Amino acid sequence: MQLSLGPVLYNWAPERWRDFYFRIADEAPVDVVSVGEIVCSKRSPFFADHLPDVIERLQGAGKQVLLGSLILVSLRRERRQIGELCAADDVLVEVNDLTCLKSLKGRPHAIGPFVNIYNETCAAYHVREGAARICLPPELPLSSVAVIAAALPDTVVEIFAFGRVPLAISARCYHARLHKLSKDNCRFVCEQDPDGLALKTLDQQDFLTINGVQTLSHACTSLVGEIETLREAGVGSLRLSPQDCDMVEIAKTFRDVLDGRSSAEAASGRLSGLYPGVAFANGFVRGKPGFSYA
Amino acid sequence: MMNPSAASGHLPTIPPLLALAIRPLPLLPLQFALDGFLQRIVRRNPGLLDRLGEHRRARFGIRPLDLPFAFIVEAAPPRLAVVRELPQRLDACVSASLANLLALVEGRVDGDALMFSRQLMIEGDMEAVLALRNTIDDAGLDLAVELASLFGPLGEPPRRSFEIARNRLTAPRESR
Amino acid sequence: MELICPAGTPSALRSAIDAGADAVYCGFNDETNARNFPGLNFSRDELRKGIAFAHSRGARILVAINTFPRAASVALWQRAADDAVDAGADALIVADIGLMDYVARRHPTQRLHVSVQAAAANPDAIAFYVESFGARRVVLPRVLSVAEIAEITREVSCETEVFVFGGLCVMAEGRCSLSSYAAGKSPNMQGVCSPASHVAYEETAQGTTSRLGGFTINRFAPQEAAGYPTLCKGRFSTAHGDGYIFEDPVSLDATMLLKGLRSAGVAALKIEGRQRGRAYIESVVRHFRRALDTLEDGNEADIVSLKPFTEGQASTLGAYRKTWR
Repeated sequence: MQLSLGPVLYNWAPERWRDFYFRIADEAPVDVVSVGEIVCSKRSPFFADHLPDVIERLQGAGKQVLLGSLILVSLRRERRQIGELCAADDVLVEVNDLTCLKSLKGRPHAIGPFVNIYNETCAAYHVREGAARICLPPELPLSSVAVIAAALPDTVVEIFAFGRVPLAISARCYHARLHKLSKDNCRFVCEQDPDGLALKTLDQQDFLTINGVQTLSHACTSLVGEIETLREAGVGSLRLSPQDCDMVEIAKTFRDVLDGRSSAEAASGRLSGLYPGVAFANGFVRGKPGFSYA
Repeated sequence: MMNPSAASGHLPTIPPLLALAIRPLPLLPLQFALDGFLQRIVRRNPGLLDRLGEHRRARFGIRPLDLPFAFIVEAAPPRLAVVRELPQRLDACVSASLANLLALVEGRVDGDALMFSRQLMIEGDMEAVLALRNTIDDAGLDLAVELASLFGPLGEPPRRSFEIARNRLTAPRESR
Repeated sequence: MELICPAGTPSALRSAIDAGADAVYCGFNDETNARNFPGLNFSRDELRKGIAFAHSRGARILVAINTFPRAASVALWQRAADDAVDAGADALIVADIGLMDYVARRHPTQRLHVSVQAAAANPDAIAFYVESFGARRVVLPRVLSVAEIAEITREVSCETEVFVFGGLCVMAEGRCSLSSYAAGKSPNMQGVCSPASHVAYEETAQGTTSRLGGFTINRFAPQEAAGYPTLCKGRFSTAHGDGYIFEDPVSLDATMLLKGLRSAGVAALKIEGRQRGRAYIESVVRHFRRALDTLEDGNEADIVSLKPFTEGQASTLGAYRKTWR
């Protein structure tokens, strides 16, 4: 089974972002790395300068690199970005919105977790149109994952295995709204929260995480205890989503379980230490409310 | 035709003095009449309760906020009891003024709109309440017509009396 | 512009048409549609009768089969499409690509609309649906400004339909798992957002507390106007303060924008609310019928308050005004 690293979803300082990927390239036992700003098009210019170096370093370390597309595309400028992205033929695009398919149809590409693939018929359509890997939507239960994987023996089926779960995307920026700023003049306040902004209920219960136009769970998905079940279901790759913690160690922890060097229990304990103070969840894959953990 | 009250303001409530005056009245005759009325409505409208689906066995508490008593209503078999206090063990409880409850039964007001303006309170099994609301809204009941049917060929006077009473009760407060 | 109105029951369908709807959209009473609520929606027989009634009045029926089929149960959704076509539906409103592909192949002459749940938010995404499945109309997500709608409508080769009244999704539709995170059921999979089965209200002296799946969504003072217990319109707490972090409890009301939407070239206006009662359908449809007729006559739309029907007793122009973002 492969390990893949999803794109950084938060607004990290550009140097930190670059150094993060350099270290991933040098040290993390992951097979695939998806890079690029996919949450907010206003952030992308900051990383643009570092992107070629990051890709080169990752490819040099033998990682397969995917370039992620923006999740919600509405502005003309964003459509142009997508057009340029899809024109590149040296890197596989990870499609996060069907906007890309207009030009990518029939050419090899990857599908990210933001495209609605809930069943084998839809998945087969995407494979016919060139999807070589598919990361399924995080809310899919294992029963659906298994059916889809069984129907696509030649496609790498990936599921979201670590990180706060992206739950929604909006035209409205909640970071800007919370700081009483307009979206056009947001002063990039989201950079103050490299692991997202905690949102609690009025009863002070941990609930969600705000990341600009994106809303994520508070709880951190951890499927390290489900690896055997996932393998049996035909899952070919586990996605780790970067949080503000030691992602190299997180990747090593998953790799150790995959390779039989560590038990799931021991790995689970290690993850709690690496990403402390955040509850774990595995509800979605078990067909239960996403926040729950069993 | 929809009552304009829904769009233009709150429906009136029973004056507290009147509510106080009817408090000592015995409930059994009322229960007898209303239970018979419910049975008749269900008989006259076959298929009425199909939309309740799995919630047809639910027990609903209906509390008119401006009256000194409440109702326990069951759909299958149709049964209505009048009580001074609602018991704890009900599937769901709906509270609103009598005028709003009558308007809801006839589909003349929108239940969500009443909730948004805090004129309708719901507790308990929300699915059962939704099923009940949708069932009643689709049924298109006219209580005046149902009432008249109780009296057979002599139904016209009670129908007219009810319509007059209903119009007085459900005229929007602002216009009176 | 065509006026498209919701119906959750046969009575509501008749009310909508009596009140002036050009077309009514509705769904089957199962998980194939995005308003899968208890006691709501149409049996096969009710749909057939509803279509006969509509056609006798010169109105059209659009059938929403707009959830994403569950793996291993795709046949249920395909059968819904077949039955809607058999019943004489004027169009199918579909969100799933697999199902669109099925309809395009199996029923090539059937009019296909791209559901708002498909989240086609720009001309390239819309072109994909038009080129791949022959979609004739796209229902635009509620994330666009009127200027953007005009631009899209100019650029695409199918009709556009936009929402003008009712519940307002704050998140991009069809791309939101907030409900399944808290309550295990989602609009995409089960056709419900904030399912009634997981909603609880608690009445105390301080007011009403609404909870979803155990999470406190809001707390209303006794006289304070309320909304649905949907997560995106709840009151929450952050380090920068408490309040409506995503959106206040409000409903969309675009009455004032009808002229702009007409200039934008929009083909159809849609009213949300298949879950609402006949009283809502009748009032809101009548309001928009009158506003549209006035507009046709060359006058400004008259402003009648629909406030009693709105969440939180308040309305918004939503994303139609760019500053909303």
